[in-house]
Amino acid sequence: MFIIKNKKIFVTISAVLVSLSIISMIVFGLNLGIDFKGGSLLEVEYTNSRPEQNIIEETIKPLSIGETLVQPMGEMGYSIKTRDITEQERAKIMQSLGSNAVEKSFTSIGPSVGAELVRKSLISFILVSLGIIFWIAFSFRKVSKPVSSWKYGFIAIVSLIHDIIIPVGVFSILSHFSGVEVDTLFVVAVLTILGLSVSDTIVVFDRIRENIRVGHFKTFEETVGRSINQVYVRSIATSSTVIIALLALVFFGPASTRVFAIMLTAGMFFGTYSSIFLASPLLVYVENWQKK
Amino acid sequence: MWKTRIIALLILLLGIGLGFFVYKSEISHRNLAPDAKITGVAKYPFKLGLDLSGGTHLLYKADVSLVDSTELKNSMDALRDVIERRVNVFGVSEPIVQVQNGGFSNAGEEHLIVDLPGVTDVSKAIEMIGQTPMLDFRTENPNKDQVQEATVGADGVVKLNINSQFIMTDLTGRYLDKAILEFDQTTGEPKVSLQFDAEGSLLFEKITKENVGKTVAIFLDGEPISIPTVNEAISGGKAQISGNFTPTEAKTLVGRLNSGALPVPIVLISTQTIGPSLGVQATTAGVKAALIGFLAIALFLIIWYRLPGIIAVVALSIYVVIMLSIFKLLPVTLTAAGVAGFIISIGIAVDANVLIFERIKEELRNGESILDSIHYGFKRAWFSVRDSNISSMITAVILFWFGTTLIKGFALVFLIGVLISMISAISITRVFLYTLNIKNKNKLTGFLFGSGFSDASTITANVMSIGRQAVQK
Repeated sequence: MFIIKNKKIFVTISAVLVSLSIISMIVFGLNLGIDFKGGSLLEVEYTNSRPEQNIIEETIKPLSIGETLVQPMGEMGYSIKTRDITEQERAKIMQSLGSNAVEKSFTSIGPSVGAELVRKSLISFILVSLGIIFWIAFSFRKVSKPVSSWKYGFIAIVSLIHDIIIPVGVFSILSHFSGVEVDTLFVVAVLTILGLSVSDTIVVFDRIRENIRVGHFKTFEETVGRSINQVYVRSIATSSTVIIALLALVFFGPASTRVFAIMLTAGMFFGTYSSIFLASPLLVYVENWQKK
Repeated sequence: MWKTRIIALLILLLGIGLGFFVYKSEISHRNLAPDAKITGVAKYPFKLGLDLSGGTHLLYKADVSLVDSTELKNSMDALRDVIERRVNVFGVSEPIVQVQNGGFSNAGEEHLIVDLPGVTDVSKAIEMIGQTPMLDFRTENPNKDQVQEATVGADGVVKLNINSQFIMTDLTGRYLDKAILEFDQTTGEPKVSLQFDAEGSLLFEKITKENVGKTVAIFLDGEPISIPTVNEAISGGKAQISGNFTPTEAKTLVGRLNSGALPVPIVLISTQTIGPSLGVQATTAGVKAALIGFLAIALFLIIWYRLPGIIAVVALSIYVVIMLSIFKLLPVTLTAAGVAGFIISIGIAVDANVLIFERIKEELRNGESILDSIHYGFKRAWFSVRDSNISSMITAVILFWFGTTLIKGFALVFLIGVLISMISAISITRVFLYTLNIKNKNKLTGFLFGSGFSDASTITANVMSIGRQAVQK
């Protein structure tokens, strides 16, 4: 009953976190990567010693590539971002960097490919959202009093938005301080969080409805509180196993999936938080508000 | 009882067998001599994506503006075949050449994806694909006198833009059967003889018939190389290019034409190269993360869920070898994102077990016997297990459908993982729990089926007292 009694505190925490995330998104912004904008990224590593950054910038300037962003990468490397360049231009850059520079990776994406990815991402996002909303509607199709089924669905979606906004906020902070950009995996992370976090909310709501049917508890508030008591251990346990896996990926996994794993960890964590500490208290609020 | 035990034994043996297969196939593939014949289990190595193996990914846009929409698929398939032949001639191991059809999501653009594992020299790769010539036949433009475009060069010479003088026909390199190098018997000049296939022969006959007395130009890569005058309709599909070649030029042209002329022109729109060292780093890190993730989850399960936890770890190990075998047998191309998907799926795979164990504990608290608790636990948890996985599957299916190669790599592994984990968690764990055949409820079994800091029997007492307090309030 602790959670329901202190529902104000928990809902406030969620509201504050969501606000902070939105503020961070507005202040820091979300930088689109070359996946979406088009452009080139050349990553090089020096075999013995790395020249100063401004030396690299000066070497590339005369090649008339246009705007070039040189950033140090790791101990011995640089990443060089430019507009999308041709094979000849890449060869020219590599030549100018000298024989000590080893090409680690090179990506060049034309603007039409970026536009295609934007379209595909939007379509996937819309379809996944629709799919999940239909799934929520289906899960709560059997109306149960005192709160009607569409309200369960609505609250499930509210907590889903909460679960998405916080990891995106986390990403915008990461993006500001480490320069990571919105790429394909960012989209995958957001959509995977959608899929993973909704199930937790459904488990809690399912239990609430079951307890309403059985009718052990006197008030709706008590029903919700006791339902949370019954499921929170397993909710936390199931999320913990996924979070353990994700943390292994954050700390030991490949660099290319690190930000992806951090976002998913945040998504799992706040997804579990929201199903216990946000969705159920909101349900009680809705019920109380309805009574008035 | 014995039946369950035999099934349990079979599952264990299957798990060990698959584990052995995964290990053995990997080792024997790694120990292969470079040019040895691949036999037995060595045929099934893990298939690594470009970001793990290193290599080059090229994305071409096909210019299909001149292709009839009914012919679109054929042209793109022909394009793929030609590029595939080109790449194969070059000796790249396991290249992937695939057509990405234009649809709503890519604004109707027809794309061709070329993946070249192990090739990190982009210029070489682009060259070997771009080398292929574009051959087509053009007839005189009926309005050729009106559209004359001439430019005066810096040297004062007037140049006529020859392209405007001709219009394209349907006859292109697509219909070429083969090209042969010949030498003119009197002058000794090298010539390239073309032999069209049946359809091409008819086209050629039609074109020559309609243009007797006029010129028909042979264009190579958009430049006219020979503009002969047609004397009579030619049937049989034989044509000759005599374009002042040197013998070497003629010979290369024949080679290039035979390896296939491109049915449609292509433009490179995206390149990606991953150096071999970066790929190795990513692979090592992926394997390390998977191992550590697995061990940490196993530790968590055993500490928190005790006896059922141990069984869940056995089930999880079997899940892992089943997944690895599927990766090898299907095969699934593993990318860094795919490996991430697999590691997450290990975490999700135990979810089903956790749901079941929590339910079993609840049944025990309600005073059921151990066997009944297991029975009801599985039965009642199944719906939660199914429901909690459906939303993940919705996401995975849509991502697979709409994704780029990178996203598909994640979505496929994730989808297979969720499906297999449901089956393995439910069926394997159940068989093993029944096999143990624990009937007596006592302090020990109460501890074994308990979780966290309390055992199943004391929880009963606690819950009842809490319940009483709640009622009193």
